[in-house]
Amino acid sequence: MAKARKVPAIIDNPMSFCPGCGHGIVIRLIAECLEELGQDQNIIFALGVGCSSLLGGGLVTDRLHCPHGRAGAVATGMKRVQPENTIVAYQGDGDAYSIGIAESINAAYRNENFTVITINNTNYGMTGGQMSWTTMPGQVTTTSPLGRDCETTGLPLRFPELVASQFDVAYAARGAVTTPKNVKKLKKYIWNGLDAQVKGEGYSVIEVLSPCPTNWKMTPLKAMERIETELIPYYPLGEFKARKEN
Amino acid sequence: MGDMMKGNIAIAEAAVRAGVKLYAGYPITPSTEIMEYLSKRLPEVGASFIQAESELAGINMVMGAASCGVRALTASSGPGISLKQEGISCISDEELTCVVINVVRYGNGLGTLYSAQCDYHRETRGGGNGDYRCIVLSPGSIQEAVDLMATAYELAEKYRIVTVMMTEGALGQMMEPCDLPDFIEPEKLPWGMDGKYSYKKIGIFDRNSMTEAVDLNKKHDTIKANEQRWEDDGLEDADYVFVAYGLPGRSVKGAVRELREEGHKVGFIRPITTWPFPIKAFEKVNRDVKGFISVEANATGQLIDDVALAAKETVKDRNVPAYCLPCVYGIPSIRFTKEGLGKIINGEIKERY
Repeated sequence: MAKARKVPAIIDNPMSFCPGCGHGIVIRLIAECLEELGQDQNIIFALGVGCSSLLGGGLVTDRLHCPHGRAGAVATGMKRVQPENTIVAYQGDGDAYSIGIAESINAAYRNENFTVITINNTNYGMTGGQMSWTTMPGQVTTTSPLGRDCETTGLPLRFPELVASQFDVAYAARGAVTTPKNVKKLKKYIWNGLDAQVKGEGYSVIEVLSPCPTNWKMTPLKAMERIETELIPYYPLGEFKARKEN
Repeated sequence: MGDMMKGNIAIAEAAVRAGVKLYAGYPITPSTEIMEYLSKRLPEVGASFIQAESELAGINMVMGAASCGVRALTASSGPGISLKQEGISCISDEELTCVVINVVRYGNGLGTLYSAQCDYHRETRGGGNGDYRCIVLSPGSIQEAVDLMATAYELAEKYRIVTVMMTEGALGQMMEPCDLPDFIEPEKLPWGMDGKYSYKKIGIFDRNSMTEAVDLNKKHDTIKANEQRWEDDGLEDADYVFVAYGLPGRSVKGAVRELREEGHKVGFIRPITTWPFPIKAFEKVNRDVKGFISVEANATGQLIDDVALAAKETVKDRNVPAYCLPCVYGIPSIRFTKEGLGKIINGEIKERY
């Protein structure tokens, strides 16, 4: 008989995410990986603004709530003075790719030795579903009420591909929380990203396609379907920068 | 008497000797030599230097380092400090500690490269959003700036607050003989994050803003009671008291000396902490004083507001006039101050308050 997994020790209090949200799955995976890598008592989170900040309430770990978009810079400061700690910047797409694109790009550019987990749900979740740089063409949000017009707003941003192709980063991947198979793959990506940091290989980023049923105005199941049918074709899953042979 | 040193370099070396573990910043005249010097010097002592992509990123790198309980530093000037306000507000909110050096230059917006004191209101009021203050040290010489650098961190750590070292473009760029302090090896602060969750109060998540507001007021009151610093002379019999800080404060000392020799009963207060404002100095002033005069290196007069408030609070029985002698560009000369007094006495310059 299969043994039930214990909840990782660093997850303590209930977190207040919306029903059907993907954050909880990702947090569980991060915590499991940290335990498996022996880093769960050696971890500092640089938390983004928005729904990512809700993560802080549920963890019994060191964590700092960073100003809007600045987690890439805050994590840089943490890692430079305490390289022996594992540092995770945990952000959403609005935080990391819109307001924080400069800090995100420059941390990757410098190949800072920390791990970024970005939850991409194609909108600003906490502020009520505004357009972000990952909003899909034609997607209706509260600030693209007629559907995103890429002629005037630009095209959805593929950050892991960008840094993997342009910068000397250690690891870049994209996963999704839609199916058990995808969740298992995502865990491997997160594990790889954290392990790359522990081994001092440099910057790692794992983007996660995650549902936002509340702001997408969909049932949780429909939201998962949307990821499979609409998002994954534009945001392919997989590793864009694999780790060097260890 | 020590070697001749340029202000910015001396201040940067004093920071190294105070045990700074991380500098992150972005170049801007007239502060840049601090950054350039530290880019070489900090790695020599095993500390981190980061040329950030922006002032915003720089102060947030400082925030990251500060959250780990080590001494972190950034330096900039007018427009650069504007960009850092978000981070300074957040660092203050989390009760982390760091030192921010503002080598003040004149102007709004992009500003100019001239030395000035035009950031007084911003630095002494907090600057960013929210209810917070920074301790502000305003040295009048390179030696004083160097001597205050370790103090800046001690105050920041004692009260868990941001300390601003507010210097001036001219102080950064000029040379003076300077004795450097000994090296300090500060211990990592006990509340700094170490990955083990040994200190649980950092972060917005376990907090009660109502009780924090009460505690914050108590903290500010304690700082106001205990940390006022200033230099003064000639207050007991003064008809007029000049108030000036930084380089104008130093120049005013010369003006007071000359005016005294010419028979004028004048004195001066030179605030060294501009927040907390040294209101205690005003208690020493002659009760029959005819007026307070702020001498400032800016266009509109900013220090004058605190001078007038201090006058109101200490001489309660009557309304002592507060005059302002603002001097745009450069440091008000002894002559400027003496002529200003003459214009005040003959009624050419009216009181501001």
